[in-house]
Amino acid sequence: MNTLLTISGLGVFCLIAEIFNLRKLLIPVAIIGLLAILGLTISEFNIPSSHYNNMIVVNRFSVSFSSLFIVLTIFLIALSGDFYKEHQSKLSDYVAIKIFLLAGAVAMVSFGNLAMFFIGIEVLSISLYILAASKRLEVNSNEAGMKYFLLGSFASGIILFGICLIYGATGYFNIDEIFQLSQGAGIPVWFPIGLTLIIIGMLFKIAAAPFHFWAPDVYEGAPSITTALMSTLAKVVAMATLYKLIQGMVPAIPTIFENIIVVISVLTMSVGNLMALRQNNVKRMLAFSGISHAGFMLMALLSLSSAAGTLLYYTTAYALAGIAAFAVIILVTKNKDNEDIINFNGLGKTNPLMAAILTASLLSMAGIPIFSGFFAKFSLFTNTIESGYLFVVIAGVINSIVSIGYYFKLIIAMYTKDAAETPSATPFVYYFTAVIAIILNIAIGVFPNTILNLLSA
Amino acid sequence: MDVSILLLSLLIGAIVTYFSGDKLASKVALLFSLVSFMLSLNILYSYSNGNDVSLVREWISLPKISFALLADGFSLVMVLLTTILTPLIVFSSFGKSVENAKKFYALVLFMSFAMTGTFLAADGLLYYIFWELALIPIYFIALVWGNGDIEERKKDVLKFFIYTLAGSLFMLVAFAYLYTKAESFLLQDLYKLNLSFQEQTWIFLAFFLAYAIKIPIIPFHSWQANVYQKAPTIGTMLLSGIMLKMGLYSIIRWQLPIAPQAAKEYLPILVGLSIAGVIYGSILALRQKDLKRLLAYSSLAHVGLIAAGCYTLTIDGIHGAVHQMIAHGFVIVGLFFAAEIIYRRYNTYAIGELGGIRSQAPKFTSLFLIVVVASVGLPGTYNFVGEFTVLYSLSQINIWFVILGGLTIILGAYYMLKMFQNVMLGETNSNSFSEVTIYETITLVLIISFLLFFGLYPKPITDLVHPSLNEIFSTINSLK
Repeated sequence: MNTLLTISGLGVFCLIAEIFNLRKLLIPVAIIGLLAILGLTISEFNIPSSHYNNMIVVNRFSVSFSSLFIVLTIFLIALSGDFYKEHQSKLSDYVAIKIFLLAGAVAMVSFGNLAMFFIGIEVLSISLYILAASKRLEVNSNEAGMKYFLLGSFASGIILFGICLIYGATGYFNIDEIFQLSQGAGIPVWFPIGLTLIIIGMLFKIAAAPFHFWAPDVYEGAPSITTALMSTLAKVVAMATLYKLIQGMVPAIPTIFENIIVVISVLTMSVGNLMALRQNNVKRMLAFSGISHAGFMLMALLSLSSAAGTLLYYTTAYALAGIAAFAVIILVTKNKDNEDIINFNGLGKTNPLMAAILTASLLSMAGIPIFSGFFAKFSLFTNTIESGYLFVVIAGVINSIVSIGYYFKLIIAMYTKDAAETPSATPFVYYFTAVIAIILNIAIGVFPNTILNLLSA
Repeated sequence: MDVSILLLSLLIGAIVTYFSGDKLASKVALLFSLVSFMLSLNILYSYSNGNDVSLVREWISLPKISFALLADGFSLVMVLLTTILTPLIVFSSFGKSVENAKKFYALVLFMSFAMTGTFLAADGLLYYIFWELALIPIYFIALVWGNGDIEERKKDVLKFFIYTLAGSLFMLVAFAYLYTKAESFLLQDLYKLNLSFQEQTWIFLAFFLAYAIKIPIIPFHSWQANVYQKAPTIGTMLLSGIMLKMGLYSIIRWQLPIAPQAAKEYLPILVGLSIAGVIYGSILALRQKDLKRLLAYSSLAHVGLIAAGCYTLTIDGIHGAVHQMIAHGFVIVGLFFAAEIIYRRYNTYAIGELGGIRSQAPKFTSLFLIVVVASVGLPGTYNFVGEFTVLYSLSQINIWFVILGGLTIILGAYYMLKMFQNVMLGETNSNSFSEVTIYETITLVLIISFLLFFGLYPKPITDLVHPSLNEIFSTINSLK
């Protein structure tokens, strides 16, 4: 609860910081504020509580995921300073929007009531629409924002419709009550229909196939730092929320639902991977790779009772690798018209550290040991095998092999081609963000216990 | 003192090498690889005095994964092979400048670290992690420092990476499945599992895919010749001298004891495939015009015979395979090094352009000849010991296997001596060939003296590996 209040307060402060002429200090202040909030959040880890008639429920699940979101936001805000250098007058708006987005994200994982869940998802989505269109003089960015807004609001509508049907079936918005009622006999047919609609809306938000068509265009068109935000933070939020929704509302997924999840999971990872193989634009490639990762994360829904820790671990590993990768991508393509792979040629010679970091984050996404991506995939596979879905795991393995094809395309370009131009100076903040993100990634890869067991009772 | 100190010394060595700068890198790498060699001798000494040098620590509580290193005679022999060959391989590059040396030697040591870990690990997941870790450095070594056209090399090396990763990911699935059965990844727990025949078959196949690609056994060999040819010689030595032994070691350590019934059921197919590799490799070696490719195919033939020995499921076959693994590790490093010596002078591996080296470099000729005859398994060399034991074990299975497998000796002698004739004898090439340098001589002499010594007196190695191999053998044959 305190987390949500303080985050909103920080957001408001960032908006009015202009008045006090604090623009230069804005980013350090925001980061220090977020660090303080992070400490506050973690301190609530062992103190479950609920507020406002169960509107907000604070438990280990919400605290762990909120902490992850805060960490990711800190990274993203740290990168913003240099990214928006030419738009100093807008800086406070952008930072404030990101912090409000974080508030929405926290609301989404700590809701106890579907109304709160919907408010959270709207706060998050509207912030994203704005950020996607934030390069207002560029037609690509406008297109991305418009596309995302139209399709996203459609998905929100579907979710809202689902919530209404569930209310009609049970008479409650409170998910504890819904959970109780869903076990009993004679639940009206509106209930599964409503649940399906909510799941469809969420699948849209995490860009799972066949609801993924918006993602590549929006990712490519949006400013790089927004793409970083969408592919790490926003995806992780939506995935955690979907998990919490299903786990919170039904005791066990009916078999038919499970089969659908299997199909969507395998489809998502395959479509994402196969499309990624054909991309030359790095942002588009990572968009498709993100789609395939969403497919992997969906596997967590197949072992609903035990996979919370695994999901937390997977999302952490994926998001940290994503942040590190995007820090390098933003740096390399800073003064370029596009984000084609050609821009990365010879990075191994011109900027060995950044090349090494990008390599490490790609290896992590590909699931090579010692990076946390490996353990993430591994514990997901173990969970899924325990639930009896061996063939989904085999599909996952085949997809991991395919994914090497495009991750390594980028690595090869960095190490074997010659650079077209001489290197320019790198602002310190990129090194800082990328190095810390990748060190965290490797650290939790070597000591997976720290995260993996957080949520197991 | 336990075996983890070996891993530590190699890992620290890799890091220190990276920070020592390009000029010092090769010397620092040699120093650390020698230190790890000394440490492994020390560990061997304390092991043979009856001390327990294994290590088991809990690493991750859920899923239950331990940091377990098992040191028995068998794994120690393989570790020694790694720690002897690593300084030799590093030393063999002395006198030749390497671009970006600090990264190169750091990768070499890191790879040595990962391979040592693979030989020692006694926990399925830890083993898998080391197994995969060894792949990353060799990928970069072959990609960045390789020779030949960059576009083609890129394709070949990527193919190699995807191939091996694909195989090992199925092994990972097998481990995950085993974990759900045993609730543990520890080797001894996996040995105790009672698996149905069907389960064993699938697990056996998943392991087989990983190992058959790594070794390689046909039909999974298509990456091999290209990568051996295009990798820098040090990379080729690491690949053929040590890395492929990871696959052979794992057959004996993991695959056969965990799924023995499946191994028994498919014995004729497995031995048949391995023998097919022997014949196929030998025939292809006959036709090669590139020295490195010829050696690559000869290696394919030899490891085919080793794999056949493992899959006979006889104690002799396994013993012979272990001897042959060590002998092959040395001899193939020697052969590739000889090829490298020629390349340093003539800048070519094409056999057609070589010839008449003998009259200009008699010392090199004699040394090369000894390595060549060792590789064809002449009595008195260590290769003879292993090869003969494996052939003997094949004769216990089926006489046809031994007849076909014996072809490796005949064909091997034919193509190796023909190669020697074309490269070293005949008319003098117009370019002059300078005699081997002191570094080169030392390297070759060390390899040769090892092969001759254990060829005449293989007892120390037999004594070392005998108890642990017997133990594994009894696990394979215990009723499951």
